[in-house]
Amino acid sequence: MPDIYKPRDETELATTVAGLAARKVATEIQGAGSKRGIGRPCEAGAIIETSALTGLTLYEPTELVMSARAGTPLVEIEGTLAERGQMLAFEPTDLGPVSGGPGGAQTIGGVFATGASGPRRITGGSARDHILGVRAVNGRGEAFKSGGRVLKNVTGYDVGRSLVGSWGTLAVLTEVTFKVMPLAERTETLIWPGLTEELAVEAMCAALGTPFEVSGTVHLSAALTPRLELKSVAREAAPVTAIRIENFASAIDYRSKRIAEALKIYGQPQVLDNDASLKFWSEIRRLSVFARVPTETQQVGSAKQVWRISTSPSKAAAVMSAIRRNTEAEACLDASGGVIWLEVPASADAGAADIRRILSGYGGHATLISAGRDVRQAVEVFHPMSEVVERLSTGLKDAFDPERILNPGRMYATL
Amino acid sequence: MIIELPLPDTSIMARRDQIVTALVAIAGREAVISDDDGRRAFETDAMTSYRRMPLAVVLPTSTEGVANVVRYCNANGFKVVARGAGTSLCGGALPGEDTIVVGVSRMSRVLDVDYANRSIRVQTGITNLAITAAVSSDGFFYAPDPSSQLACTLAGNLAMNSGGAHCLKYGVTTNNVLGLRVVLMTGEIVDIGGDYVDAAGYDLLSLMVGSEGQLGIITEATVRILKSAEGARPMLLGFDTNEAAAQCVAGIIASGIIPVAMEFMDRPAIEVCEAFAKAGYPLDVEALLIIEVEGSEAEIGERLSQIREIAKPFRPSTMTISQDAAQSARIWKGRKSAFGALGRIADYYCMDGTIPLSRLPETLTAISRICTGYGLRVANIFHAGDGNLHPLIMFDANDPASEERAERAGMDILTLCVEVGGCLTGEHGVGIEKRDLMHVQFTAVDLAQQMRIKSVFDPGWLLNPAKVFPLDVRDGFEPSATAISAIRRAAA
Repeated sequence: MPDIYKPRDETELATTVAGLAARKVATEIQGAGSKRGIGRPCEAGAIIETSALTGLTLYEPTELVMSARAGTPLVEIEGTLAERGQMLAFEPTDLGPVSGGPGGAQTIGGVFATGASGPRRITGGSARDHILGVRAVNGRGEAFKSGGRVLKNVTGYDVGRSLVGSWGTLAVLTEVTFKVMPLAERTETLIWPGLTEELAVEAMCAALGTPFEVSGTVHLSAALTPRLELKSVAREAAPVTAIRIENFASAIDYRSKRIAEALKIYGQPQVLDNDASLKFWSEIRRLSVFARVPTETQQVGSAKQVWRISTSPSKAAAVMSAIRRNTEAEACLDASGGVIWLEVPASADAGAADIRRILSGYGGHATLISAGRDVRQAVEVFHPMSEVVERLSTGLKDAFDPERILNPGRMYATL
Repeated sequence: MIIELPLPDTSIMARRDQIVTALVAIAGREAVISDDDGRRAFETDAMTSYRRMPLAVVLPTSTEGVANVVRYCNANGFKVVARGAGTSLCGGALPGEDTIVVGVSRMSRVLDVDYANRSIRVQTGITNLAITAAVSSDGFFYAPDPSSQLACTLAGNLAMNSGGAHCLKYGVTTNNVLGLRVVLMTGEIVDIGGDYVDAAGYDLLSLMVGSEGQLGIITEATVRILKSAEGARPMLLGFDTNEAAAQCVAGIIASGIIPVAMEFMDRPAIEVCEAFAKAGYPLDVEALLIIEVEGSEAEIGERLSQIREIAKPFRPSTMTISQDAAQSARIWKGRKSAFGALGRIADYYCMDGTIPLSRLPETLTAISRICTGYGLRVANIFHAGDGNLHPLIMFDANDPASEERAERAGMDILTLCVEVGGCLTGEHGVGIEKRDLMHVQFTAVDLAQQMRIKSVFDPGWLLNPAKVFPLDVRDGFEPSATAISAIRRAAA
């Protein structure tokens, strides 16, 4: 059994890491552990939990800035923000349920360490776009900071931003400072049922080419729609294409009408009102249609594996049709198809070779999000790197964590 | 002049003719500038008080051309300064006398416009404004808009992670970049990211952008373009105190409105700009806000009315909503010509700290006190939404003592910015200007972590030397001359 450490402050964390580094103990870094099922399996001799590093340390609503210790639960942060009419604009996705972990559990440190970003990223930016500063402990056991608490800051290298999406392999985040944004007064969603993926991508890209500040574009393939908890959409039993607008209430009717006009060749959309819209996009955020824990209404077994593919939106339909030549596949095309959540029938390599061969022709990368331990041991979970990028990445690993004790092998065997 | 520049390596300078011959063989005669007049155009940037004649200048026309030159320099241990248009205000493009300048100004083509995916791929020698110009006829634009956008290149914007007046809504350079093609000091060409929303593996984009040309030379980039709003309109709000103006900005943000721009000018700045541009600014106020909102006509009208209501408790003495395009243009002309207007009446030193908005009134008072203490005048222009302050310290360039006092006042002001919770630079970069102040913001451990990253990308520390990191913290990170020779031998 690995030793478990729950440091109470940054100094204690630094001492702990320094001790583990001296003994070269492979150490797993854990927030709430909701995403433990993602990544290459890691044989750790120790676990560092951030559960005692909690609490907000700064919130200035009029400066759009908040700081929190890394172990602070996201729900607490979003609750505090909502009280002041604000939000995290990148609406962190919840990868817990899709990867066999708990839902609604993740910490703010986990959100940034994994770069968890939801549908609003298409125009609002992702987690890395909202980080302003970090405090962290590197693999030498040294506490350091980068960035700060102001929105514009180019002082020194952007080290904090580079830690976003590094999955705890470079440093242990102890405190993050991030930009927050106002919650929209009203949200509305236009839904087009029955579009093919090709037409859906075209429609979503066209919507983003209007001046009406679309803030979410997603397309669900036919088999996924009935899995939605939101009955008014689930009963379509057809692929659905959804386009979200958020604004002051008085601006919504006009913008909604203008988008429907611009996209009229795709048919007349259904309109989801504010409440239904919030429910719909909350489901996209937590990938409810892929949740592996069966409930009364869902029968999604673990006989499926889920990938996350990043590609250029207008290539998404072609990527999907190439994938389908060899396997069944269901897809949630988020960000107009720029982020494809792909469900395939379970296999020993989760279709990795095929998917990556296809992507090499289109550009982009694929990460295995949901698969059993043996599969994640056997295939590269994160997309293979080019030779030069791999050399730079191993150099960075050494620059932060020379003994390679922090989540070793979680992303890549060499990191 | 109070910033120390390392002495050049005279053994390299002595071999100048031989090095120029080699560069001509590698890059072609037309790409190499070696005569005195030609080189002089590259001896400084927009921080003109510091000048060094570079050993030679090479202006390649392709990524491979850059790679060939850099590979040669690396193999011989020659220092390289990458250059865009040379508009850096912090000495970011200042060469050394033993340094070869590699400029990207002859690489300015648009390579691909992709409206469906809202991106454009360009060579980085393109100017910031030319990116927008390439797509504006179709109603699109490139969002980051530094004041120098007519002249500055994307290469420089990427190196400094440039901002502009519209960052509150659209972000800075790093938020608008999808992919980069980079020449490493080894001469290797590497693609990071692409035309999709995020790159695989570590976020190397975030390290390249804002690394001040110290990690690699970026020759191509894929950046986001956005559809322009239906319309935009500014309003002017004048206040009797800086406090009232700052509180008004806070009130607007608290209401949930994110104006596309919120510019703040203090009385000296208002007077200078109005005299120059006849923008219609009120001259009887202490602080002026230019607030611009976007949307349809109806939306703009409603949003500006909301802002008027929010402003009322702070007793604005002026509230003017622009009535037409001509008036809007005049209002912006005043702000955008601030630097030129001030330049007519004095030499000035443009600072660039960021502070938390809540500390604005006391910070402005302290800035005024600092400058008065040095016997200098100051005007303040401020991107109020994001806390980015630009004090313009006026001095007399014909009087070296006055110039040195301005530099010292600037350093005191930036130190103050850090003390009130802000940072040394919001959008200009560190360069040589703020290099020695990095201690104020960072601990030795913070700086060590950054310097280790530098060494990963450029083990010989040959790219843009003597910038960013204080000279006295580099031991153990920047290789000594002996170590560089060893690296050179290994490469050969």
